Amino acid sequence: MFKPLALVVAVLSAFSLNAFAKTELTVYTALEAEQLKTYKKAFEQANPDVEIKWVRDSTGIITAKLLAEKDRPQADVVWGLAASSLAILDQQGMLDNYAPKDLDKIGKNYRDAANPPAWVGMDVWAATLCFNTVEAEKQGLTKPVSWQDLTKPEYKGKIVMPNPASSGTGFLDVSAWLQTFGEKQGWQYMDDLHQNIGQYVHSGSKPCKLAASGEFPIGISFEYPAVQLKRQGAPLDIILPKEGLGWEIEATAVIKGTAHAEAAKKLADFSASPAAMELYKDNFAVLAQPGIAKPQTELPADYEQRLIKNDFAWASKHRDSILAEWRKRYDGKSEKVAGQ
Amino acid sequence: MAVDMTLPIPREVSRAERGDRLFVVGGKVLWLCLLGIAVLMPLLAIFWRGFSSEAGQGGGLIAARELLSSANFHWLLGNSLKVSLSVAAIVVPLAYLFAYALQRTMIPGKAIWRGLSLLPLMAPSMLPGIALVYLFGNQGLLRGLLAENVYGFWGIVLGEVIYTFPHALMILLSALSLADARLFDAASSMGASPARAFRSITWPATRQAVFAAFCLVFTLTITDFGVPVVVGGDYQVLALEAYKAVVGQQQFGRGALIGMVLLLPALFSFGVDAWLRRRHGDAMSGRAQVFQPAPSRLRDGCYLAIVLLICAVLLLVFGMAVYSSLVKFWPYNLSLSLNHYRFEDTAGGGWLAYRNSLTLALCTALAGSVLIFTGAYLMEKTQGQKGLTLALRLLSFVPMAVPGLVLGLGYVFFFNLNGNPLHVFYGTMTLLVACTIAHYLTTAQMTATTALRQLDAEFEAAALSLKAPLYRHFLRVTVPICLPALLDIVRYLFVSAMTTVSAAIFLYSPSTILAAVAVLNMDDAGNVGGAAAMSSLILFTSAGVSLLLAWASRGALRRSQAWRQSAPGQ
Repeated sequence: MFKPLALVVAVLSAFSLNAFAKTELTVYTALEAEQLKTYKKAFEQANPDVEIKWVRDSTGIITAKLLAEKDRPQADVVWGLAASSLAILDQQGMLDNYAPKDLDKIGKNYRDAANPPAWVGMDVWAATLCFNTVEAEKQGLTKPVSWQDLTKPEYKGKIVMPNPASSGTGFLDVSAWLQTFGEKQGWQYMDDLHQNIGQYVHSGSKPCKLAASGEFPIGISFEYPAVQLKRQGAPLDIILPKEGLGWEIEATAVIKGTAHAEAAKKLADFSASPAAMELYKDNFAVLAQPGIAKPQTELPADYEQRLIKNDFAWASKHRDSILAEWRKRYDGKSEKVAGQ
Repeated sequence: MAVDMTLPIPREVSRAERGDRLFVVGGKVLWLCLLGIAVLMPLLAIFWRGFSSEAGQGGGLIAARELLSSANFHWLLGNSLKVSLSVAAIVVPLAYLFAYALQRTMIPGKAIWRGLSLLPLMAPSMLPGIALVYLFGNQGLLRGLLAENVYGFWGIVLGEVIYTFPHALMILLSALSLADARLFDAASSMGASPARAFRSITWPATRQAVFAAFCLVFTLTITDFGVPVVVGGDYQVLALEAYKAVVGQQQFGRGALIGMVLLLPALFSFGVDAWLRRRHGDAMSGRAQVFQPAPSRLRDGCYLAIVLLICAVLLLVFGMAVYSSLVKFWPYNLSLSLNHYRFEDTAGGGWLAYRNSLTLALCTALAGSVLIFTGAYLMEKTQGQKGLTLALRLLSFVPMAVPGLVLGLGYVFFFNLNGNPLHVFYGTMTLLVACTIAHYLTTAQMTATTALRQLDAEFEAAALSLKAPLYRHFLRVTVPICLPALLDIVRYLFVSAMTTVSAAIFLYSPSTILAAVAVLNMDDAGNVGGAAAMSSLILFTSAGVSLLLAWASRGALRRSQAWRQSAPGQ
């Protein structure tokens, strides 16, 4: 009777000792869920004394959550969030500037300009059109090749795009159109596009998934879900509009005041390391460290050249006014019909 | 209250009386404290956020005036009102007919219909939306039946009708469950037609419940964003606007302001409920005979047809959701597989989320039903402490109108405040349980209150004259009589906790993520198959537990509810 009990106690205490020995690191992320397992495993193999606890959600929710917790942060570190979101946190003084070990290998466009930087980039995601070939044939749609094509009357009600007010991908599109077309023509373009939008949704990957299932034949999305869905056999054409692609940096930052600063910095080191870039390259065609990325068969070889020249400072500064204008014009699609 | 307590007491206070006072006053004060922490303080935190004009938050008085006078807000408000009124106008009559069929006719298979009618309660509000997309979306099975696709006004209305139907039904079933047979005997012996008997007996006894159901459906609809987020398309409503303001734009102030607007229906229904209460007598006296409907071919046939139709629609919707969760790649590969049930590799937290939801549901159901029923009893059946009772009643009406999202944010603002000693609960299961009980308090309490109001106050008077302590009366008489209602509350809280998403989305930590949050995440990311799968899993769990409780309730009815049967020898 006594001996098994002693054994249980011994085993339990061994377990709890083991648990105490490991630092539990709370990591907020907007990475795609299927990427998490691999990233976690790789990091914990390199740092056996740290255990990652993920809090994953879409960009908007994670950013909102971080801001709501401003007075008492729950996150130790952020791994994989839009740089524009991290810039907002930085303005609120919530980030701990830190230079990871491999900072010198990171391209200078892919990190915060301050020294040491508030955030350091991992990879790049960019606007992509998902085009359902089966439905296109059924409905007699021609394949669009440019952003301008999307305003043709034949696509009326056939296009889905993310709402920039809730989705990072949506904002990246709007900001890119305003930058490439100029402000006046940019809004004119969105006015025309608005006539063809079947629905605005709240996440960047959903338009592509809706296109893949034929619910709406054209989705304005980004390349990661497009590539993944195509690999799964969805009848999709991946279209990179010829005017150029809006893009955004996925980045890592340490939260100011974390109780696990040392472990958080280990993660920041890892995120910027060549080993991590090896992981990112399976999912993304453009990485923060030049020279590691391999071309993805679903994307053209000159993919990186198709990204527009993106002025993040401008976008971050005007984010509020752009969103206000967008909401005024398009939020509530049936507003004009309703006679307001 | 103070007067009561300082009244000169002619004889020595007996132990029973002291126990009673502890039970009544202590219970009320404790319940008030709990409600204060779980409802009032988070709400005040929201008001504080709504009116503080911190830059970029969209709050403050100027922002409020701007919001209220903007065309966009009027459009959203109009949409919300149109949707909510339509839903209430459709749901309440349907639920009344359904409840009437179950309680006042002799249709066969009542247990089955009742069980089916509760289906929508057992899945997140996103599920009817998901099913509607698979039925009437552009690639929907029955797309041909509609001229337009389902996204928009009718999509939201249909989804909300399905989602709110059992909520209204619960109240109406409870109101129609007890009737005094003597009244109907008297009516028929005076030659009154059944229609006349309905107008002068049944309707007056149930119209308060009809009003309550109408208000509940209205507020549930106006504050739900689960259905609009899935099938709303570009037809937007206020609740979704609050969600977007917070999630997309990080404008907590704006979300808080809209949340405050959404409080108004609850305040209104509280006022009218209080007014109706004063006019309402006890429906069931201590001498009542339980009404047993007489068979009638025509009446039963008609009601059976209505019930069958409603159940068929529900089965179609929920069957479609389960079917779609099993389809490999809709609509291009219709072969069946369990791929969508492999939650490890998708957003949301996988099986951990499901296990957490089970824990949350169990704790919420057990703690919540005890607290809520006792609280309702103290409010309804004890004299004195008028101010305290009124404060309790006001507080317990509030949660119904607070969108879960706003309540959740209130919890973040309040419990994550610097210097709040309650901060230790932040991100824990305890806080999720508290928030869930607070969120679903009103309906559960309305069920308890409706059941309690049908008990004559004579019962308490009898206990008093027998010098039996009140708490003993409560445990030995009230609880057993109300056991069916109590089990309904347990079931309601369990399934609500299984299905809640809106408040929890801001409160979970990595180790307390919930299944319904996973559904929303998956649907938001466009993984509709996975969302359907997790919803189906929640549905099966809730349905299983409900069946178990129904079985327990039947046993309890047999043991302690013999008085409900007709007199012996019949």
